[in-house]
Amino acid sequence: MAPQVFVYVAHRGGQAADPALELLSAARVLSPNGPVIAVAAGHGAGLDQVCRDMAGRCLEVWKLSNEALAYPNAEAIRKCVTGVLPSGAVLLLAHDTLGMDLGPGLSIKLDSPFVSDVVAMDPPQDGVLKLVREEYGGQVSTHLSCDISGGAVLSIRSGAFPASEETAVGEVRDKSPDIGDLSCGRRFIKIVGAEAGDVDITKEEILVSVGRGIEDEDNIEIAEDLAKALGGVVSCSRPIVDAKWLEKPRQVGTSGKTVKPKVYLALGISGSFQHLGGLKGNPFIVAVNKNPKAPIFQVADVGVVDDLLEFVPLLTEIIDNH
Amino acid sequence: MEILVCVKKVPDPAENEIAVRRDGSDIDRDDLVYSVNEWDNYAVEEAIQLVEEHGGSVTVVSVGDEESDEIIRRELAMGADAGKLLDDEAFHYSDGRGVAAILAHAARQAQYDLILTGAQAEDAAAQVGGMLAAMLDLPYASLVVRVEVKEGDKLEIAREIDGGNLEINEIDLPCALSIQTGINEPRYVGIRGIRKTASVEVPVLGAAELGLDPGTVGRAGAKVRKLDYFVPELGQGAEILQGSREEIADQLIARLRGRGVIQ
Ligand SMILES: Cc1cc2nc3c(=O)[nH]c(=O)nc-3n(C[C@H](O)[C@H](O)[C@H](O)COP(=O)(O)OP(=O)(O)OC[C@H]3O[C@@H](n4cnc5c(N)ncnc54)[C@H](O)[C@@H]3O)c2cc1C
Ligand SMILES: Nc1ncnc2c1ncn2[C@@H]1O[C@H](COP(=O)(O)O)[C@@H](O)[C@H]1O
Repeated sequence: MAPQVFVYVAHRGGQAADPALELLSAARVLSPNGPVIAVAAGHGAGLDQVCRDMAGRCLEVWKLSNEALAYPNAEAIRKCVTGVLPSGAVLLLAHDTLGMDLGPGLSIKLDSPFVSDVVAMDPPQDGVLKLVREEYGGQVSTHLSCDISGGAVLSIRSGAFPASEETAVGEVRDKSPDIGDLSCGRRFIKIVGAEAGDVDITKEEILVSVGRGIEDEDNIEIAEDLAKALGGVVSCSRPIVDAKWLEKPRQVGTSGKTVKPKVYLALGISGSFQHLGGLKGNPFIVAVNKNPKAPIFQVADVGVVDDLLEFVPLLTEIIDNH
Repeated sequence: MEILVCVKKVPDPAENEIAVRRDGSDIDRDDLVYSVNEWDNYAVEEAIQLVEEHGGSVTVVSVGDEESDEIIRRELAMGADAGKLLDDEAFHYSDGRGVAAILAHAARQAQYDLILTGAQAEDAAAQVGGMLAAMLDLPYASLVVRVEVKEGDKLEIAREIDGGNLEINEIDLPCALSIQTGINEPRYVGIRGIRKTASVEVPVLGAAELGLDPGTVGRAGAKVRKLDYFVPELGQGAEILQGSREEIADQLIARLRGRGVIQ
């Protein structure tokens, strides 16, 4: 029997977040012909809008409306979802900052197994699902098996499944009366926007981006020299900001800036999905990395397998001498 | 404040190229350099700073093998007050839930005001912190990049969400938090500092000492199992430039010129 599959739809400003349609595709792997139910929690007109939109995509939408859900506080959502899902449910959610907050604890409360950051899966056989995840920043992958016969919580990598193109004439079911007490020990106060920096890397056409492979703060100069020679600016991966070698507004990635340059030089960057998540607009990517197996080479157009500390100064010198 | 920090020994991604064994059963562990999971080191530093300011003590705990003793001592050298190693044959091949259950048993052995984990481990799944919190029925927040102690047994915390935006929350103590990198600047410890902790006793606790049913953890309790490791072949991959360093630089310049980047 196909499991009963639910997808959790995150939303903002009355719009479902991008992964919602990808989650629907992933759900189709689990339930090729059966119903897939979208679950949306929130409060007010925005939630109603999202539910109506999702009803154009799947046959059933469960609306969970409560004042305590006006902001997506994972603690409250977890309580509310645990209260309404039937036992044996398989719930899919996005592996993003809300999914990471919500998913693991939810699996415990539902007494279901949990697999995070799923990049691929085969249709279940005899209640067992075979999935693919990555480890070590994408350097290797693993196959996993997960017994979903008693339900499961799965978080899905953004971009791993195509956006569903299915349409439906679905029904919104208001499950709000089933929600119990949502008071919890964590209360949302406010959002503080990201700081602005001296340069706006989101507007640059040429980015010379450095990662942990730059090895030392003093070596950032090597990237600055190349950027100058090319008429671009320096951006970076997260560890460079964590080490305080460059300012946060220079960080490319899901927790940094989304950039859309024409050319992106990745120097000593391994190519984690959180980093690549900030790279849009299909730029021409040049990767310089001393590890020929670094995942960045799978997405780059041109690769140089070398020590960047040796190669980049030479490259700059040749360009400058032209 | 009594703080428990969960730390894991992982192959250091900065020091290793991770390869898969020919039979796919595991990664190639010969010559791997191990270290404490990067996120956990930030968590320990945060705990030490909180105790420096507000009093209390920091205990580090790890589910691991004999060699995890080393990383516990490293964190002791940083300034943690006590360490515990949770090691038992029955723990091997635990899934994330199993690891969380083992840690939950250790957490119940004392009264902690705050439990910290890393946001994720290099070789794992960003799950143990949230699971542990749920098992202990503690309020939880992930991806924390700032912690401030407030009046009335509360913390004000900042979570990092998309685009570098911060979500500010208030959370009641006791609670569990998973820590994101960059929250602080972990202090440096040298080999000498680690040697000084040689005389500190780090107890090793197994299922019996933790009062844990061994059948619920380890391979026996795992609903999620690793089948094999492999290296994915994705798309065409980059055109890898060949030749001497100068030749490669020249080829790259030609490619950039073709794109109009260099005149
Ligand atoms: C919730 C969350 C959000 C995140 N958001 C972001 C984000 O927005 N942006 C981001 O970048 N990361 C983000 N990360 C972190 C991400 O998971 C990776 O840890 C990070 O991207 C790795 O950065 P890196 O590639 O510079 O370092 P590493 O993965 O350590 O890679 C360094 C690379 O340099 C190479 N190298 C080393 N020395 C040399 C040398 N001398 N010459 C040439 N190559 C060399 C190595 O082979 C390696 O491939 C996030 C993580 C989490 C959990
Ligand atoms: N074996 C372990 N021992 C102690 N803590 C662990 C262990 N595995 C995971 N953790 C903690 O849980 C966090 C998240 O790990 P994971 O869910 O495995 O990605 C880590 O940063 C650690 O703080």
